Amino acid sequence: MLYVVILFLLVSVYLYCLLGGADFGAGIIELTASHKSKQRVRDLITKAIAPIWEANHMWLIIAVVILFMGFPTVYTSISISLYIPLILLLLGIVFRGTAFTFRHYDAIKDQSQEIYSRVFAYSSVMVTFFFGLLIGAIVSNKIVINPSGFYEGYIYPWLNFFSISVGIFLCALFAFLASVYLISGNIDDETRKEFLGKTKIANMAAVIAGGLVFIFSFVEDVGFTERFFSNPVSIVLIILATVTLPLLWMSMNRKYEWISRILAGTQLLFILGAFYAVYYPVVVMIRDGEDLTLLNSAAPDITLAYLGWALITGSLLIFPALFYLYRIFKSDKSEEVSV
Amino acid sequence: MDNLLAARFTFGFSLAFHIIFACIGMTMPFLMVISHWLWLKKKDEVYLKLTKTWSKGVAIFFAIGAVSGTALSFELGLLWPGFMQHAGAIIGMPFSLEGTAFFIEAICIGFFLYGWNRLKPWVHWTSGLLVGVSGVISGIFVVTANAWMNSPAGFDWINGQAYNIDPFKAMFNPAWVSQTSHMTIAAFEATAFGVAGLHAILLLRKKNFEIHKKAMIIALSLGSIAAVLQPFSGDFTAKNVAQRQPLKLAAIEGQFETEQGAGLTIGGIPDVEKEETNYGIKIPGFLSYLAYGDFDAEVKGLKEFPKENWPPVLITHLSFQVMVGAGTFLAFVGILFWIIRFRNREKLFSNAFLKLIGICTPLGFLAVEAGWFVTEVGRQPWIIYEIMRTSEAVTPMPGQIVHLLAFLLIYLVLTLVAVWLMSRQIKVLHERG
Repeated sequence: MLYVVILFLLVSVYLYCLLGGADFGAGIIELTASHKSKQRVRDLITKAIAPIWEANHMWLIIAVVILFMGFPTVYTSISISLYIPLILLLLGIVFRGTAFTFRHYDAIKDQSQEIYSRVFAYSSVMVTFFFGLLIGAIVSNKIVINPSGFYEGYIYPWLNFFSISVGIFLCALFAFLASVYLISGNIDDETRKEFLGKTKIANMAAVIAGGLVFIFSFVEDVGFTERFFSNPVSIVLIILATVTLPLLWMSMNRKYEWISRILAGTQLLFILGAFYAVYYPVVVMIRDGEDLTLLNSAAPDITLAYLGWALITGSLLIFPALFYLYRIFKSDKSEEVSV
Repeated sequence: MDNLLAARFTFGFSLAFHIIFACIGMTMPFLMVISHWLWLKKKDEVYLKLTKTWSKGVAIFFAIGAVSGTALSFELGLLWPGFMQHAGAIIGMPFSLEGTAFFIEAICIGFFLYGWNRLKPWVHWTSGLLVGVSGVISGIFVVTANAWMNSPAGFDWINGQAYNIDPFKAMFNPAWVSQTSHMTIAAFEATAFGVAGLHAILLLRKKNFEIHKKAMIIALSLGSIAAVLQPFSGDFTAKNVAQRQPLKLAAIEGQFETEQGAGLTIGGIPDVEKEETNYGIKIPGFLSYLAYGDFDAEVKGLKEFPKENWPPVLITHLSFQVMVGAGTFLAFVGILFWIIRFRNREKLFSNAFLKLIGICTPLGFLAVEAGWFVTEVGRQPWIIYEIMRTSEAVTPMPGQIVHLLAFLLIYLVLTLVAVWLMSRQIKVLHERG
C-alpha cells in the first residue's frame, strides 16, 4: 500500500502543477498583458478558469494531507525549516483566491476591479515562485536538524540561488502552460497573435531559467547536475521534453487546440518525471544527516493501508466528477450568474 | 508575549475566522437549494432571484473558507510540529476523507454556479444539494479530528511514542458523535439566523421587498428547527464531557469543590486565586442532574485535580455562559416564530418581530465562537488530552508575534472586504428590484 500512497502523492503534485499551474500561469500572463488588451485578457482568463479553479487547487490539499498522514516526519521537518517561505506561499494563496473571487462577484464593476486584478496577478507570481523555491529548497541539501542559530535554522535552508532559480523556472513554465491553454478557437486573431507572442517569450524564459537551475546547482553545490547526468531515466525524459517542443509549436501553428494542450501537459509530465527520477525516493535532503525518503519516513503500515483505501475510494468519486466538470465547461461561452 | 501564547493566539484566531466561513459554506447551500426547489416547483421568479442572490453569497464565502482552510492545513504543521509529528499517522484519516469531501464540494460548486443553462434543471439542483451535503460531511470529518484531541483513542502512548495505532478507533473516538452533532446543528442555527437576521434588517429599511420576505421565512424555518434541537444535543454533549473530561466540566461550571447534589451556577465570576465562584445564581442539584442524570450524583471539583492541569477557568466558564445564553434565546425565538406563523403570518413582518430577528443576526455565530472557546480553552494545557501538552507541541521558530499580527491584519481586511461586497450586492439587488 505504501507504493499506492506514493503514486497518489506524485500524481497529486503533477495534477497540481498541470491544473493549478495553468491557473497561476494565467495570473502571470495577466500581469504581462499590454495596456490596450488588458480587459480582453482578463475576460478570457475569467471565462477559462472561473468554474474550475477551486477544484484545480484541491490537489494541493490532497498532497498536503497525504504528507501529513502518510509521511508525518517529512511534513513536520518542512514545516519547521521552511517556515518563512511556507508562510509567504500561504499569503499568496489567500490573496490570490480571494482577489479572483472578489473580482468576479463584486456586483459593481468600478475602480476596485483594478485593485483585485493587481492583487490577483502579483499573488499568482508569488505563489508560483515560492512553490518552486520550496521544491528547490527541500533538495538543496541545506536543511539542518539541530541548527546553531536563527539563520542556519530558518533562512539558510531556502535562501540560495538554486532554490530561487527553481522558483523562476516554475514561473516561466506555468506561464507557458497557461498561454498554450488559453489559445482557443473562438478568440479573435489579434488576441491570438498576442498570446502566441507571449507563449514564445514564456518558452524562451523557461529554457533560460532551466539552464540557470543547472548552473546554480554547480554554484551552490547542491549536487543536482551530477545526479541528473548520472541518471539515464531523467536524461531520456528531458530529451523527450525537448523533442515535444517543436511538435507543440507545429501543432499550435496549425491551430490544433487539443493536441497542443495535451502536448503541453505531456511535456510537463516529462519535466516533472525527470525531477522525480533524479531524486526518488528522497524528499527532504538533510545536511550532515540521513535524508528523509518516502520509504524511511512512512507512517506505520496500518495508517498507510487506511490512507491508501481512502485515496482509492476518493478518486473513484473525484475523477468522474472532475471529468464531467471539464467536459461541461470545455466550450468557452460561459453563462454567468446574473440577477 | 511569549512564543507559545502568540502561536495559540494565531491558531485560535485563524480557527475563529475560518469557522464562520465554514459554517456558512456548509449550510448556506441548503438555503439556496430550498429556494431553488421552490422555484422549480412553483415557478415564482422571486425564488429564482433569491437563489441566484444567495448563490453569490455562497461563492464569496466559500472562496474565503477554502483559502483560510488551506492556510489552516499548513498552520497545523507550522505552529504545532510536535503535535503533527505524532498525530498525523493516528488522526490523519478524517483529514484525508475531508480532502475528498472538500474536493467534491469544490467541483459541485463549479457545476452549480456556472451550470444554469448547461445542466438539466434537476441535475443542476442536485449539484447544489451536493455542495451542501459534501460541505457538511467535510465539516464532520474535521470536527472528528478535534474530538480525538479531547478524547484520544486508537493508540498506546509509551515513552513519548505512539504504538499499536488504529486509525479507525482514533476516528470513531468516544467524543465524535456528540461533538459533530453539536457542531453541525450549530452551523445550521448560526447561518440560518444570520441570514434571516440580515434579511429582517433589510426589510425594516425596504418594506414589502418580496425577496427578503421569502428569504427570511426560509431561513427561519430551517434555523428554528436547529435552535430547538440544539439544547438536546448540548445536554448529550455535556453528559459526554462529564464522563470523559470531568476537569473541563468543573471549569465550565466554575465548580471548585467536589460535591454531591451539586448546584448549577448561572452567571458568576470564578476567582481562581480564592478558588470560589461569586455572584452566580445557583439552582440546587441541577448540575449533578445535567451531568449524570441524578440529582444526588457526585460532581468532581477543580480542587480534585493538580492546579498545573487546570484550564483557564474564567474564560471557559464565561464562554459557556455566553453560548448557553445565546442558544437559549435563539431556541425561544425559534418557537415564537412557529407560533406567529400559524396564528397570524403577516405579524412576521411587523416591525417588532423584524427587530427581534435582526438582533439574532450575530447570536448564532457568537454561540459558535463561545462554544469553541469552551472546547479548546477548556482542553488546555493539553493539545492531546492527558497525552501531550500544548507547550511540547509548539514550533521552535521564534518571533511568532509577527505571524500573529500579519494574519490578524489579513483576516481583518478580508472580513471588511466580504462585508463591503455583500453590501454592494444588496445595493444592486435593491436598485434592480
